[in-house]
Amino acid sequence: MESVFKVTRGLLPVDTSYCPGCTHGIAHRLIMECLEERGELESTVGVSPIGCSIVAHQFMNIDMCESAHGRAPAVASGIRRVHPDKTVFTYQGDGDLASIGAGEIVHAAHRGEKFTTFFINNAIYGMTGGQMAPTTLIGQKATTAVEGRTVEQAGKPLRMAELIATIEGAVFVERVALDTPAHVRNAKKVIHKALEVQKQRLGFSFVEILSTCPTNWGKTPYDATKWLAENMIPYYPLGNLKTPEGMK
Amino acid sequence: MSEKVLMKGNEAFAEAAIRGGAGFYFGYPITPQNEIPEYMSHELKKRGGAFIQAESELAAVNMAYGAAAAGGRVFISSSSPGIALMQEGISFMCSAEVPAVFLNASRGGPGVGGIQPGQADYFQATRGGGNGDYQVPVFAPATTQEAIDMIYNAFAIAEKYRNPVMVLADGMMGQMMEPVVLPEEKPRLTSEMIPEEKPWAISGNTGKKPRSVIKSLRLQPDDLENHVEKLFEKYGIMEKELVDYEAYDLEDAEVVFVAFGTVARLVMESMEMLREKGIKAGMIRPKSLWPFPYEAFEKISANTKAVISVELSMGQMIHDVKMGVQGRLPVELIHRTGGIVPTSIEVVEKTLKILEGLK
Repeated sequence: MESVFKVTRGLLPVDTSYCPGCTHGIAHRLIMECLEERGELESTVGVSPIGCSIVAHQFMNIDMCESAHGRAPAVASGIRRVHPDKTVFTYQGDGDLASIGAGEIVHAAHRGEKFTTFFINNAIYGMTGGQMAPTTLIGQKATTAVEGRTVEQAGKPLRMAELIATIEGAVFVERVALDTPAHVRNAKKVIHKALEVQKQRLGFSFVEILSTCPTNWGKTPYDATKWLAENMIPYYPLGNLKTPEGMK
Repeated sequence: MSEKVLMKGNEAFAEAAIRGGAGFYFGYPITPQNEIPEYMSHELKKRGGAFIQAESELAAVNMAYGAAAAGGRVFISSSSPGIALMQEGISFMCSAEVPAVFLNASRGGPGVGGIQPGQADYFQATRGGGNGDYQVPVFAPATTQEAIDMIYNAFAIAEKYRNPVMVLADGMMGQMMEPVVLPEEKPRLTSEMIPEEKPWAISGNTGKKPRSVIKSLRLQPDDLENHVEKLFEKYGIMEKELVDYEAYDLEDAEVVFVAFGTVARLVMESMEMLREKGIKAGMIRPKSLWPFPYEAFEKISANTKAVISVELSMGQMIHDVKMGVQGRLPVELIHRTGGIVPTSIEVVEKTLKILEGLK
């Protein structure tokens, strides 16, 4: 009998360390499926961040390194210089990328680095236990904003995709979400496009992936996806912000 | 052998790194080492390498980590406050066992301090400098030629132990010009050669070699303890294999100076002046600051009345000197700080006072 579905070779046959309902697993799978479909699994170097997904290398079946907090884009820039012909990506959360690593991501985009960044935005610090991130929504509770984030205390949440899209060197910028099957299928198409932009060496490519953190949001996996749809998507609109000419 | 050329220190350091096979340099402007990134920006590309002007020292050191983890031969430089920012990466690279060569053209501190030469980064360099249990071999050249040779040879040491190596020069050495002989240029590794030459590197070649993972996180305490103990076995071997120093006129010395780098050169002059006055002076010049040449102090003769550490700091190396002397003799300090280099006459005068006080 013909097999109609199998798990990608890009994922190792192990359990992940992620919480039930966390969308890291889906994001990992989509990226690895895309790399396998593109024939690039054996020629890819990935960089994992500080955060829950620092251990992504335990699940992603590729050459990979960890990076210090926020520095993944600098690390990937170094890797890119040594291996101009390989596929290189960073996988970063919102505390990592939008806070401590804001400098590194802006300047990787500014240099037009020929790698792809997958930005997992779940509006909270996950691994450290639910502190406020630059992406935490107004009114959203966090362990460092127990009454909910206020504008007076912390300003309004950062929209990283929009910020990155203002930088000339970033040529492909899109925001996707993992809350529904339709959004997951679309996310995969967008990941393919970002990797194609990298393959053609057109410039920096950036995919923001709205994700859930049921544990730190204090919600069931189902309620978490609903919360994402009802609260995150209105503030972080889905869609393409930038595509290079010729790929539209 | 190549001909003698006149070169500015910083440019000579950069050229030595390229000839030592460095293909990658990541830098951020900071005085007094700016000629290094400037030189690298135009030379490396011509010679098959790559240069990035990083947005900060934090980014520069993490680019260095990425390139070195990917199997590239990496040189990186900065000056004191910049090296302080790079400690995140140095600690990480020690933990992840990734080799690279660092140069610190050190200046006066603390804080922003000044841009004149200093040696107050001695603790930072020799005691790790960042978080956690680790060591970095530190070599201290006294001449531009010695700096060239140390940088050139440092890559093989870094790769042998898979550990960062530091060359601690100072701002004076970076800025002065001296005649030097440059060594032969070593071939640079290409991307294609890396999977075979460095199978541990993340080179994106899982078809040709087993999968590589470069990591620092070890959440299980026993796993982390085992890893740190393994690192320290390696540091133990380094301590035996890398210790290096010069000893001058110790046999009959009444006073023994201990000095490294620029300071050792002016102390040589002070020694001559003292001998003219009938005072026999010797010197131990550590060429490796970690591992520190404690064994050199066993060569101090019975005639010696005092050991004097001469430093461009409030006295940092003096702690290692005391460990070397082990309480057998008085250990004194002659020092200037803030970017001031004492004259050889000043060292003589202060030595005479110290000897007078011991009578």
